[in-house]
Amino acid sequence: MRYAIPLIIFLVIVAFLASRLRGGYDPHRIPSALINKPAPEFQLPELRNPTQTFSPKQMRGKVWLLNVWGSWCVACREEHPFLIELSKSGRIPLYGLNWKDKREDALATLEELGDPYVLNVSDFDGRVAIDYGITGAPETYLIDQNGVIRYKEVGQLTPEIMQEKILPIVKELNK
Amino acid sequence: MKRIGLLFMIFCSLCCIALAKEAKPLSNDPELEKRVIALSRQLRCLVCQNETLAESPVDLAEELRGQIREQMKAGKSDKEIISYLTDRYGKFILYNPPVDPTTYLLWFGPFVLLLAGLAVLFRYVKRRRELIIEQPLSASERRRAEALLGTKQGKEIT
Repeated sequence: MRYAIPLIIFLVIVAFLASRLRGGYDPHRIPSALINKPAPEFQLPELRNPTQTFSPKQMRGKVWLLNVWGSWCVACREEHPFLIELSKSGRIPLYGLNWKDKREDALATLEELGDPYVLNVSDFDGRVAIDYGITGAPETYLIDQNGVIRYKEVGQLTPEIMQEKILPIVKELNK
Repeated sequence: MKRIGLLFMIFCSLCCIALAKEAKPLSNDPELEKRVIALSRQLRCLVCQNETLAESPVDLAEELRGQIREQMKAGKSDKEIISYLTDRYGKFILYNPPVDPTTYLLWFGPFVLLLAGLAVLFRYVKRRRELIIEQPLSASERRRAEALLGTKQGKEIT
């Protein structure tokens, strides 16, 4: 009994530290303040057709993904093949927010790697990205029929995240 | 993912260490710049997380400072700007953690530990004192002690 209490305290500390070490805890994953809040409105020129503008309002009634990327972003390149696969599966429409990019660079990247997006909008000065609370690329938002953000993935989308996190929410929303 | 995290950390440590300096003033209104810097000192850079927005050289911090500057020009108060940022980035962006239920442990935890430590110490000292029982010397012990100390018989040993 004399040693039980310090031992228990010690084990609690060990368990806490181990959970943080092993659980893939990443301090850069800041929980989004925007989950279950309306997606910020914007009106931005389309990447391929800059005379046209796109606004999330046009997506009312649909469940869709907004993926933030840039041609300068290495992680986005790594994520790209999965985005292509995702768009081929036709499960959910994927829209792109091209963040602080040059138009030619963005178009060249899509030319080179393929274009998984229904369409892209250009956020040249990163203003809209700040409105969405973005800290780095890639980031992906799941937005529901009423324009409410339901999920945010900081970092690359992977088949696992899609299967385990996003698709269950999509299924629930499409009920 | 891990690899990117690592690259990111290396990048961050490089940028934070190598380039850390105060933001250059971007408008020619020194009063406004003072306000921008004062406010961005209270906010956290989301990339180099142990730096304030005022100190961080990364692009995102630059843009956030730009955003703050613009909103100040538009006549918004510091409070309004802080709520604009916390609505988007959460309370995490506040460099001074606010006192609210999620941070009670942070603010009051040390005092709770201090009180707990004092309670344990108090109990320990009290118990120890109870364990010490004063025993009077027997006659033979007294004689031995007197012999060792070389004191004369009859003189009180205290």
